[in-house]
Amino acid sequence: MKSYYGRQIVKTPVWRPDIPAYLFCGGLAAGSALLAAGADLTRRPALRRSGRLTALGAVAAGAAFLIHDLGRPARFHHMLRVVKPTSPMSIGTWTLTAFGPAAGLAAAAELTGVAPAAGRAAGLAAAGLAPALATYTAVLLADTAVPSWHEAYPQLPFAFAGSALASAAGAGLLAAPTAEAGPARRLAVAGAAMELAASHRLASTLGLTGEPYRSGRAGALLRASQALTAAGIAGAVLGGARRDSRRRRARLVSALSGAALLAAGALTRFGIFAAGVASTKDPRYTVVPQRARLEQSAADAGGGAGGRAPAGSADDERGAVGPGRDQLADDRVARDLPGDEEPA
Amino acid sequence: MSVAERMGFFTDTSICIGCKACEVACKEWNAIPTDGLDLLGMSFDNTGQLDANTWRHVAFVEQTHDGDLRWLMSSDVCKHCTHAACLDVCPTGSLFRTEFGTVVVQEDICNGCGYCVPACPYGVIDQRQGDGRAWKCTMCYDRIRAGGDGGRAGSGGGLMPACATACPTESIQYGPLDELRDRAARRLEQLHGEGVAQARLYGHDPADGVGGDGAFFLLLDDPEVYGLPPDPVVTTRDLPAMWRRAGLAALAMAAAVVASFVGGSS
Repeated sequence: MKSYYGRQIVKTPVWRPDIPAYLFCGGLAAGSALLAAGADLTRRPALRRSGRLTALGAVAAGAAFLIHDLGRPARFHHMLRVVKPTSPMSIGTWTLTAFGPAAGLAAAAELTGVAPAAGRAAGLAAAGLAPALATYTAVLLADTAVPSWHEAYPQLPFAFAGSALASAAGAGLLAAPTAEAGPARRLAVAGAAMELAASHRLASTLGLTGEPYRSGRAGALLRASQALTAAGIAGAVLGGARRDSRRRRARLVSALSGAALLAAGALTRFGIFAAGVASTKDPRYTVVPQRARLEQSAADAGGGAGGRAPAGSADDERGAVGPGRDQLADDRVARDLPGDEEPA
Repeated sequence: MSVAERMGFFTDTSICIGCKACEVACKEWNAIPTDGLDLLGMSFDNTGQLDANTWRHVAFVEQTHDGDLRWLMSSDVCKHCTHAACLDVCPTGSLFRTEFGTVVVQEDICNGCGYCVPACPYGVIDQRQGDGRAWKCTMCYDRIRAGGDGGRAGSGGGLMPACATACPTESIQYGPLDELRDRAARRLEQLHGEGVAQARLYGHDPADGVGGDGAFFLLLDDPEVYGLPPDPVVTTRDLPAMWRRAGLAALAMAAAVVASFVGGSS
């Protein structure tokens, strides 16, 4: 592969660790709002309380991370000048702007005991926005030229949705008494399974752009996340099975599994973030897939172009890459390859 | 605001002599801060890349074939894409499209969210350290819309951008994009006629992944040799598909919550 002194082509995101921290907080807030709404509707007051308070705490922390990351934090409100469907960050800002006060009202009603009906309405509104809040961030990362984020757009929303559910369920397992923790337990398993499946696909189906998810710091973070997620699933199941006989130990196992799931959620976000960053630093991830695409479209347009090798696999790193489109057209005339139009 | 003709740059690298007058003129006119002195060991290129403080960057490529040395020089710049990812993803409306079809950051609006930086498929726009906002080439928006001079800009009546004005070989040509495309096609034909088979245009094609560039190039080797992506695509082209996948994931999320509450005994 040719390059300009091996230098990167696309820019590395200037976002600091605030952004993966926000990704985790936003997911935790969204999942917790859903868990709280379910607990509210099924009369599980302790689970509802922990969900509402976690949602507010996480969304407030997330908003603080977002503002802190801005180059000009005092201008954060410039986000509210426009509504732009082409900008996932704009859509996300408005989602967050609607979710935050709803989560705040629900938590306030919970803490004060005042206006429980309004608290329920606010909690349900927050839950209604929660799936969007948990998944828009995947679109935000994918809607860039960062190779390992853009190519991962089919998988990222599921990784983020699963991670949000598992984290929120983890917080529920930590906070709620065993008698009310059944839904959190089941949600932990469902969310963790969704997250594990999506992150497995990130590492295994993306070809060259999947490499950063397997190697280096990102790979280590994601492997640690998977181990903790698996442990969290096991703990969630075990903590539920023993609830009648050895209640205290079951409570401890549930709490530990909750903590493991929360840690796994944070590691997933930092790992996915790190993978994208790594994919910007090596021009290979930008050039090789684009070159393969060009060769493929040239081969398609040229009716197979004789005995020319098919477009290289994504891992192809030959020194001599194919010529550009204009050059290729000249080549075909010069070599009289099949599939050419007669010169006019 | 009246809509003017779409203006552009045609950078013919076959006549670039690597003098860097464009880099200097750009820095001077736009009052861009220094990046400091850094010796990169990359031929005569000690600038490295386009970034917040470099809006023209002259690349130097040294190639050896059978003992013959070939020196490629190319002045890179913001492409002012027809489908500009930076503009699409900007959440504040700071980035906008001008009456000349160029893409410009409004420095009084930008809040430094940084989204445009990884969105650009060419790695052009960047956040300025210590300032926090995003900066890039404006195609000298202030110069080209300054009326009355009647200058050398052709239509529009304004001044030419600083880089094109300073370029001693007319490697950097500024003008109405349609005219530049015609001129580039003739130049390419001429070079091919002279046996320079390696010459090719880059960014000229309105059918490419960014809808064609407002600043396009004549290159003498593959784009990646100059640090350019061989087949850039505006990331927002896939945005509807991305939202569909996110919608599916959101539905799966809601379904998992419902199932967790209705399925089970406790």
